[in-house]
Amino acid sequence: MNKIRFYLLGIVFGIIMTKSEVISWSRIYEMFKFQSFHMYGIIGSAVMLGIAWIQLIKRTKIKSRIGTPIQLTPKQKSVPRYLIGGTIFGLVWAMTGTFPGPMFTLVGNGTLVMLVVILSAIIGTFVYGLLREKLPH
Amino acid sequence: MIELISQPWPWYISGPAISIVMFLLLYLGQGFGVSANLRTLCAIGGGGKFSNFFNFDWKAQYWNLIFVVGAISGGFIASYFLTSNHPVQLSTAVLTELEHYGVVNAGTQFLPDELFSFEALLTVRGGIMMVLGGFLVGFGARYAGGCTSGHAISGLSNLQLPSLIAVIGFFIGGLMMTYFILPYLLQLQI
Repeated sequence: MNKIRFYLLGIVFGIIMTKSEVISWSRIYEMFKFQSFHMYGIIGSAVMLGIAWIQLIKRTKIKSRIGTPIQLTPKQKSVPRYLIGGTIFGLVWAMTGTFPGPMFTLVGNGTLVMLVVILSAIIGTFVYGLLREKLPH
Repeated sequence: MIELISQPWPWYISGPAISIVMFLLLYLGQGFGVSANLRTLCAIGGGGKFSNFFNFDWKAQYWNLIFVVGAISGGFIASYFLTSNHPVQLSTAVLTELEHYGVVNAGTQFLPDELFSFEALLTVRGGIMMVLGGFLVGFGARYAGGCTSGHAISGLSNLQLPSLIAVIGFFIGGLMMTYFILPYLLQLQI
């Protein structure tokens, strides 16, 4: 099974999330208070290098491991959806200090109360699915 | 080597490392986005009966669930085998500010006990932060079509305008919370 690769990558991701302190509530608080460069440095350098990767992929047209062209699905065009959804997400990003990646990593760290947060997030996703047609997109 | 890895990682190691994970996921034929798993979990739980949004081939997303199980394992490995004595290197201004709100463990724990624990869950403040907070993380991430990994990292790397709008939204919301709501919420000692 090729799935083991995803498991290993996940482990690496969890270690990065922990050792970079991205999973720290206070780090997020500090970021929104503009008191430290740490989070900006992480996101900024990840995006800078990410832009380079994607340009490399586009220009060399390298194939993925399974031989298919690498998928870079463009996001659908819209403004309200991203602005409203993004603002809601930002409000709680600052409040809970966590976002989906760290939520799971924190469970591994032994913060089991995060399971409650994850359960709530699943319910939130479900309610979005129910209301989807009625929301501006 | 273990000694070195166990130190807190500076941003110039962490950021590029995240982008390498993104690249490897693309190379394996997939895309980086953690919140998509919440939708997958809804689909597995039978959400398709209630909304078409959950009618999709979730088996194709199986890899992502495995990735998340890996992230949990990674968190375990990092916090039990790669520990350092250094608390989170917060700025002193932030530490003082949080102490003022009664949060004294901000620098030694990833999630201060005062705010995030099973005891705190029974308080109004804890309920708002964890239950309502979690709910809106799930709701907001799907509404925006992605979270930090999908928009801020993958989307911006691919120079997607929608992702830039979403990230601007993340900051509008984040700043509103931090400056206008958190000061009251943190003082709520019930």
